[in-house]
Formats: sequence, structure tokens, C-alpha cells
Amino acid sequence: MSETAIKPRIEKVPLREQFFQKLPVLLVPMLALLGLMAIGNPASWLTLTVAGLAMGMMIFIMASGLTVVFGLMDVINFGHGAFVAVGAFVGFTVLAWLAGWTASPSVMLNLAAVLIAILAAMVVTGLLGYAFERVIVMPVYGEHLKQILVTMGGLIVAQQMIYVVWGPDELHLSRPEAFQGSIVLGEAAIEKYRLVAVAIGLALFLAMRHILKNTKVGLLVRAGVENGEMVEALGYRIRRLFLIVFMTGSALAGLGGVMWGLYQETITAHMGSEIMVLVFIVVIIGGLGSVEGCFIGALLVGLLANYTAFLAPKVALISTIALMVAILMWRPQGIYPVVKAK
Amino acid sequence: MLTRLLSGDTPRSGLLTVLLLIVLISLAFAPFLFPGTKSLETAARICIFIVLVASYDLLLGYSGIVSFAHTMFFGIGAYGTALALNTSGPSYGSLIWGTLAGALVAALFALAIGLFSLRVKAIFFAMVTLAVASAFAVFVSQMSWLTGGEDGLNYKIPRELTPAFKLVKEKVLGVRINGKLVAYYLVFFASAVLFLIMLRVVNSPFGRTLKAVRDNAFRAEAIGYRVVWYRTTATVLSAVMAALAGSLLAIWLRYTGPATTLSMEIMIDILLMVVIGGMGTLYGAVLGATLFILAQTYLQNLMGVAAEATSAVPLVSTLVAPERWLLWLGVLFILSVYFFPSGIVGRLRAGRA
Repeated sequence: MSETAIKPRIEKVPLREQFFQKLPVLLVPMLALLGLMAIGNPASWLTLTVAGLAMGMMIFIMASGLTVVFGLMDVINFGHGAFVAVGAFVGFTVLAWLAGWTASPSVMLNLAAVLIAILAAMVVTGLLGYAFERVIVMPVYGEHLKQILVTMGGLIVAQQMIYVVWGPDELHLSRPEAFQGSIVLGEAAIEKYRLVAVAIGLALFLAMRHILKNTKVGLLVRAGVENGEMVEALGYRIRRLFLIVFMTGSALAGLGGVMWGLYQETITAHMGSEIMVLVFIVVIIGGLGSVEGCFIGALLVGLLANYTAFLAPKVALISTIALMVAILMWRPQGIYPVVKAK
Repeated sequence: MLTRLLSGDTPRSGLLTVLLLIVLISLAFAPFLFPGTKSLETAARICIFIVLVASYDLLLGYSGIVSFAHTMFFGIGAYGTALALNTSGPSYGSLIWGTLAGALVAALFALAIGLFSLRVKAIFFAMVTLAVASAFAVFVSQMSWLTGGEDGLNYKIPRELTPAFKLVKEKVLGVRINGKLVAYYLVFFASAVLFLIMLRVVNSPFGRTLKAVRDNAFRAEAIGYRVVWYRTTATVLSAVMAALAGSLLAIWLRYTGPATTLSMEIMIDILLMVVIGGMGTLYGAVLGATLFILAQTYLQNLMGVAAEATSAVPLVSTLVAPERWLLWLGVLFILSVYFFPSGIVGRLRAGRA
């Protein structure tokens, strides 16, 4: 027997191509630098950058579920915004119950209240996601046209149910004591809550990457994205996997909803469909199905929205559309297109 | 002759024919059959929405493309006419050039969006149009120096189309023959002509190819049809039709604002009308629009009665409150996508066999 075992040959990608693949990562610092040049004043630039990052992180939290769901099962959920709104309403209700905790100066009690609110919102939206998947999405697997229509119908019904349960008025709630106010850094004032949002978003992104890259579930999800039939042929029930991913995505939307609600301090039943516009732009920029692309896209949109809101407030939303157009001209399938082995 | 007028696409169902005739006759003689301002408003709205919904069906039903930018084109048409009347005075000339300019701008927009995003999946197009349309709506309400912002524009239209103009001194059949009536018939006949044009389009070889592209794009491409070209043309055509419907609305209401033309609510209304009426047949648009607008105007009163009757039961009364009628339509919408995707018209036609 010869000792030469057959080894898989892994071709080394040339440095130039590696660089081009990593290029999108540089987009965020590039945009930040451009912003600095356009704004001029470093203090306001810092404030805006932190605000942009916070906004980007929150959008990422909401968008990540959507993009993974699409990658895995080719299902796009136009009703995703409903989870955001429901999450925000549940979170606010819980926080209103715990008014004693949120008003107290103790940081621990504040944190506990927010955590309980987030947990409640995630449980409710996760369960709602379960119902949504079973009742609304399951019968129309593989039919894009019907999916769009039916999930849109689900969004309408969910929004109306919010009116039925919580009434037609918008809810106001001020943030817990510990998250109010801002830190002054040199001349720049940075809201505390934005730092919290950035931290949560970053932690979530890293956790998600870790799960996708280093765990069995993550491996199955990645395999399912690439070739679902093969995963099924190997004996894994991809439907159940998909259900788990769908519920997680919905729960994340709920989390995003609570965070967004605390950020704005005002929530309405149709906040979901308003945010969905940004979420869709982010998902398109990132490439449908790609978590990393979604992350970069979210940061780009968050930063750009805040810079333009400062420089030329009237074109804030248009600028994100322009960004989308520019990215799509460069890479028609988004920053990191998901390759399907089909 | 009649078949020719309908481009050979007859209703093909007894009940459907009767329903369509009822709609046609009621709309044609609306001012005499249902006197009163509210019913005339409703009738004109139905006419305009039939065109709007039919043009959306051209996309959704015939081409299998889901677009959320249809209200954007509707709004462009309305604002085109409104701005022309507002800036260069209430003359027919400005009315016509405003309408044409609106249609042209809508066509260019549709061409750009189509070429840009129709090459990839249908889902992609839906998402891009949703983003672009909502950005456009925000943009319009912020350009307040030009568009009047959230308040919209009030403007004058040619005198012959206003209630102040008396065509005949005496009442005819108890109805004043004034400019409002002329305006109504302008809307009615324009809508009828636009509808017949669309009927012609979908029954032409072009329309047949669209259906082929919808059912199997890969195969159509293989036979030698350029799929992107057909899809883009359908998008542009439907955008122009929507813009013309928008111009009609602008003339009828003498007011144009974001809430009446650009809002997401109207987009959802159009979607509901197409699906409930029946996708892939223009007669579905007629029934869908008529039923929906009648329900919107009159069903809410009925629900108000139901809410009062059940006011003792706490949850039920909130569920049937008049403001919650969209909830029930949403449920109906989901059910109709599942169980009868061909809508009312498809049901009626299937029932004939």
C-alpha cells in the first residue's frame, strides 16, 4: 500500500481575488471617512457615526432573520414587519407593567425590566412566527407570487389585530433611567442608548456568525442554503430546520422592534411596514440570503441615512435608494450573492 | 361588432355577463339612477379604479410580476395634471400637456426600474419597487414648494367641468345638467376607452406572449422571445395606464395629495381588488374594483350597525367595528389566494362548465 493518501486539493485563491472578495468590508470605513470629509466637524461626525452604527445594528437585527429565511427556503416574508410591530407593542406593554422598575435609579432593575420585556417580545413573536409559518407560508412553498401576496395579506391582518388589541393610538414610553442621557466625549455627545444598541447588535452578529460557522445547526443551515435537496437526502428534516430558523428570525424581529421602539420612544401599528422599507433595501444590498452582506448593508444604510439627514435632510430616504442602485450596478446580486448549487 | 369591441374576449359565463352589464349600466346612468353627490363620487371612483386595477392586473395577472410601485405611477399621472393646471391656469391645453407629461414621466420611470431589476427574480422586483415607491412618497411630501407637501394641491379646472357651468337650464329627469355631470361623463368614457384598449392589448399576440412568459419564462426565452423586453414593455404599459387613471382622478377631485394617490393603503387596496376580483382577467378588475369600493363606502355603515348590536360582547364588538373592515378583507384576501386564486371571475367561469 502506498502512503500517498488522496488529499482534496484546495486551490489557493490569488491574493488579488481575495482582496476583491474582501473589498466590501472596506465600504463601511470608506463611507465613514467620506462622511467626515463632508461634515468637517469631528465632534458632530462622531455623534452621527455612533447614531448611524446604532441604527444600522438595529436594522441588521431585524433584517438578519429575513435574509436567512430566504437563503434557506427561498421564502420571502413581506409580513416580517408585523413581527417588528408586535414585538415593540409587547415589549412596551411589559415595560409599562414594570414602570416601578424602569423609573428607579438602580441600573440593575432597569436592565432586568428591559431584559424581561425583550424576552417576552421574543417569545411572543417567536410563537407568532410559528403560527405564521404553519398557517400562511407553508401552503405556498416554492410559489413566489403567492408567497408575496399571502404574506402581504398576513401583514394586513396582523396590523389590524394590533389595532384590535392595543387600540388605534400610538404608544409613548420613555426609556429606563439608565439608558437616558448621553456621555460627553470631548465635544461630541453620544446617547447612551445608542452605545447599548451597537453593543447588542455586534454581540448578535458575532453570535450568529459563530453559530453558522461552528455548530452543527449552523452547518446544516449553510448546507441547506447551498443545496436543500442534498441535505434532505442525507436524512435531515429540512422543513423542521426551516421552522426553527423562521421562528428565530421572527423572534429577532421582535427584539429589533423593542429596541427600535425604545430608540424612538413612540410606536405605531404600522411602524413595521415603515421599517420594512429600510430592511428590504439592506437585504437587497447585502445579497439575498447572506448574513455578512446584510450586516455590511445595514451599517452602510445606517451611516448614510444619518449623514444625509444632517447634510441634506430632504433627500435622506432617496440617498439610501441611490446607495442601493449604486451597489446593484456594481454587483447585480448584492454585495455577497448566495451561490445556489442547482 | 360587440365581440370586436371586446377584442374577442367575451365574459364566457352567463352570470358574469349579467353582473358586468349591471355594472356598466349603473355606471353609465349613475347620475340619473342614483342621484346625490355621494353616489356620484362613488361611481367616478369606481370608473377610475377599474382602469387602475386593470392596469395592475396587466402586470400581476398577465405577466406574473408583483410591483408595489403602482401607486407611484398613479401619483405621477395625478401630479402631472395637477401641476400643469396649478402653474399654467385652468385651460384644456395645460390639462392635456400635464396628462401627457405625467404619462411620459411614468413611462420613463417604469423603463428605468424595469431594465434595472426585471432581469432577476420576481421577488427582487417586488422589493425594489416597494423601496422606490415609499421613497418617492416621502420625497413628494417633502418637496412642499412644488407639490404642496402633505396638504397636496387644490387647483381650478376648466370651467366647463365645474358645477358652476350649466349646460341646460331645466332639470332633466330631475337631475341638474351641470359641469360636474360633464366631468363625470369625461371620466366614464375615458375609463371605458382605456379599458377597451387594455382588453385589446391582452388579447393581442403580445398579450399571449406575456402569458407564455408568465407561465414558463425559460421556455419562452428558448422559443425565441426576449423575456426581459416583454416584461419591461408590460411594466411600461401598465405604468402609463396607471398614470392616465391618476390624471382622471386629478381632474375629478380637483385636488391631488399624497393620501389620495401615493399612499401604501391605496396600493394594498389595489392588490386586494385584483386578487378578489380575479387575477389574469380584466373583467376581474371590474368586479373587484366595484365590489371593493361599494364595500368601502357602504359596508362600513353595516359593520357599524353590527358593532352596536354586539356592543355587549367586548371582543366581538371591536372585531366588527367599522374601522376594522380591512381586517376582514385581509382574511378574505388570504383565503382567496389559497382557495380560488382565479378570483370571482374564475369561479363564475368554472361554474359554467
